[in-house]
Amino acid sequence: MSHFSAFEVIGPPMVGPSSSHTAGACRIGWAARTILGEEPAGADVFLHGSFEATGAGHGTREAITAGLLGFSPDDERLKSAPKIAAQNGFEINFSPIDLGPQAHPNSVRIRLRGTQSQSILTASSIGGGAILIEELDGFRVEIPGRFETLLLWHRDTSGFLARVTAVLGCVEINVAGIRTSRRERGEEALTAIEIDDTFPPEVLALLHRMPTIFRLNVLPVLPGY
Amino acid sequence: MSFQFRTATALLPLCEENAVSIAELTIRSEVESGNLPREEVVAKMLTYYQSMKESVFRGLEITERSRSGLSGGDSKRMLEHSRSPTVSVLGPVFERSIAYALAVLETNAAFGRIVATPTAGSAGICPACLLTWQQERGADDARVSEALFTAAGIGKIIGYGACFSGAQGGCQAEIGSACSMAAAAICELDGGTPAQALNAAALALQNTLGLICDPIGGYVEAPCMMRNGLFGIHAFGASAISLSGVKSIVPFDEVVGALREVGHKMPRMYKETSEGGLATTPTGLRFKPKTP
Repeated sequence: MSHFSAFEVIGPPMVGPSSSHTAGACRIGWAARTILGEEPAGADVFLHGSFEATGAGHGTREAITAGLLGFSPDDERLKSAPKIAAQNGFEINFSPIDLGPQAHPNSVRIRLRGTQSQSILTASSIGGGAILIEELDGFRVEIPGRFETLLLWHRDTSGFLARVTAVLGCVEINVAGIRTSRRERGEEALTAIEIDDTFPPEVLALLHRMPTIFRLNVLPVLPGY
Repeated sequence: MSFQFRTATALLPLCEENAVSIAELTIRSEVESGNLPREEVVAKMLTYYQSMKESVFRGLEITERSRSGLSGGDSKRMLEHSRSPTVSVLGPVFERSIAYALAVLETNAAFGRIVATPTAGSAGICPACLLTWQQERGADDARVSEALFTAAGIGKIIGYGACFSGAQGGCQAEIGSACSMAAAAICELDGGTPAQALNAAALALQNTLGLICDPIGGYVEAPCMMRNGLFGIHAFGASAISLSGVKSIVPFDEVVGALREVGHKMPRMYKETSEGGLATTPTGLRFKPKTP
C-alpha cells in the first residue's frame, strides 16, 4: 500500500459486528449508489464466498442495503435498512454467485437500476473495512475509494488522457492514480482518476463539454476515511 | 517525505532525530501524507476516542442476549464483580478493564456503533486499556486520545509487514495487533521511550503468535469477546515488563515477520471460516446458523 493512514488502523467508526462483513459491505453499497448518480429503484445483489456463507450473522445484507440507501457504516439505521428500503419501494434481491477461485472470499456484484440509468459493479471487502471496486460496467478497474475518484465513460481516442490531464494540470490538481480500460481499440472505455483533493465544479463542467466523454461522475472519498 | 515509516527500524531513528514520541511522529506522518491539517487530524482522533468510550458505556448497559444467543450482559456482570467484596486478586482496576473490553464487543454484537481498532472483532482492547489508564491516572481525553496515534503507528508497521484480517492471518492478526498497539500506547502514556514502546509491542505480539480465528457460528462474539477482555490485561503486562527494562529477545520488526509467516502457513480452516477450532466443537456446532 502506497499510503497508509493512521485512520485506516484506528477506524472506521462503524456499526458492528464485522469490519469486513458489515462496514466494508456498507461502503460497497454506498459506492454503487453514488456511481449510479441517482436514486436507485431496484437492485440485484449477488453474494460470493464468505459474504454468502457467513454474511447472515454479520448483517452483510443489511449493510449492503444500508449503503444502497446512502447510509454510512456508522449509521445506526443499518440494522433496519431492509425495512426502510421496503417502505421506500426500493426492491433489492439477493442471490448467491460463484465469481471463481481468483475472487476474494468477501466479494459481491451489484446490478443497480435507476430511472435514467443502470450500472453493475463487482467489489470485495479486503479487511478492516477497506474495499476494492474491481469491475464497473464490464471494465476492469481498481478503485479503493480512499481518494476522490473521477469516473469518465468515453470513447478510446488518441490524446484523450493528455487532454484530460491538461485540464487538471491547469488548476494544479495532483493525480494520485489513473487507469484506463477499454472494450476494443476505438470503442468505449472507462478512465478512473484518483486525486488528492476534490474536483472543482468548473473543471467537471469543462470536462462535460469534451465530445468524447459520454458520462462523468465523481466518487467522493468513502465514508469513514 | 521526512516522517514516513514502514518498519520499527525506520521509525526509531526518526523519533530520535526529531526528539519525538511515536505518537507525535505518527501525527506528523499523517499531516505530511494526508489532506488534513494538524488540528483536524488531532481532533478527529479525539472524536474517535470519545466514540470508543461511548461504545464501552453503552455495552455495560446491555442486559439482553444477542441475536445468536452467544453474548449479552457479560460486561455488566464483570463490572459488578469488580466492585464487589469478592473481587479477585487481579483487583478492581483490571477486573474493570476486562469489563470494558467485553462491553465494546457487546455493543458490536448488538449492531451498535464502535470504532474498528484495528478491526471490529478486536475493537475492545485499545478502548479498555486507555479508559482504564485514564481513570487511574486522571488524564483528560485529549491527552489519552494522543496515545491512539502511538497505537496507530504500531498498527501501520503491522499493516505494512503483515495484515489485520482474521481471514488472512488468523486471530493473531486481529487480537495480536490490537494488544500490541495497546501495549505501546500504554507504555508511552506511562513515560516509556519510543524504544520501550516498541519493545512492549514486540512482547505483546509475540505471545499471540499462532492464535487461530475460530468464531463460533461465524459470529464475532465467542471466543472474540473473551479474547478482547483477556488480551487487554496482556497489553498492560507487556508494557510493565518493558518499562522495567526487560527487553524482548526478538525485535518488533522480526516479530511482525513471524506474524506474517505464521499467518501464511496457517490452514484455511483456522482463518475465519468457522471450519475448525472452537467453532467445530460439539458445543460450537450447536450455534451454527441453519440457513445463511
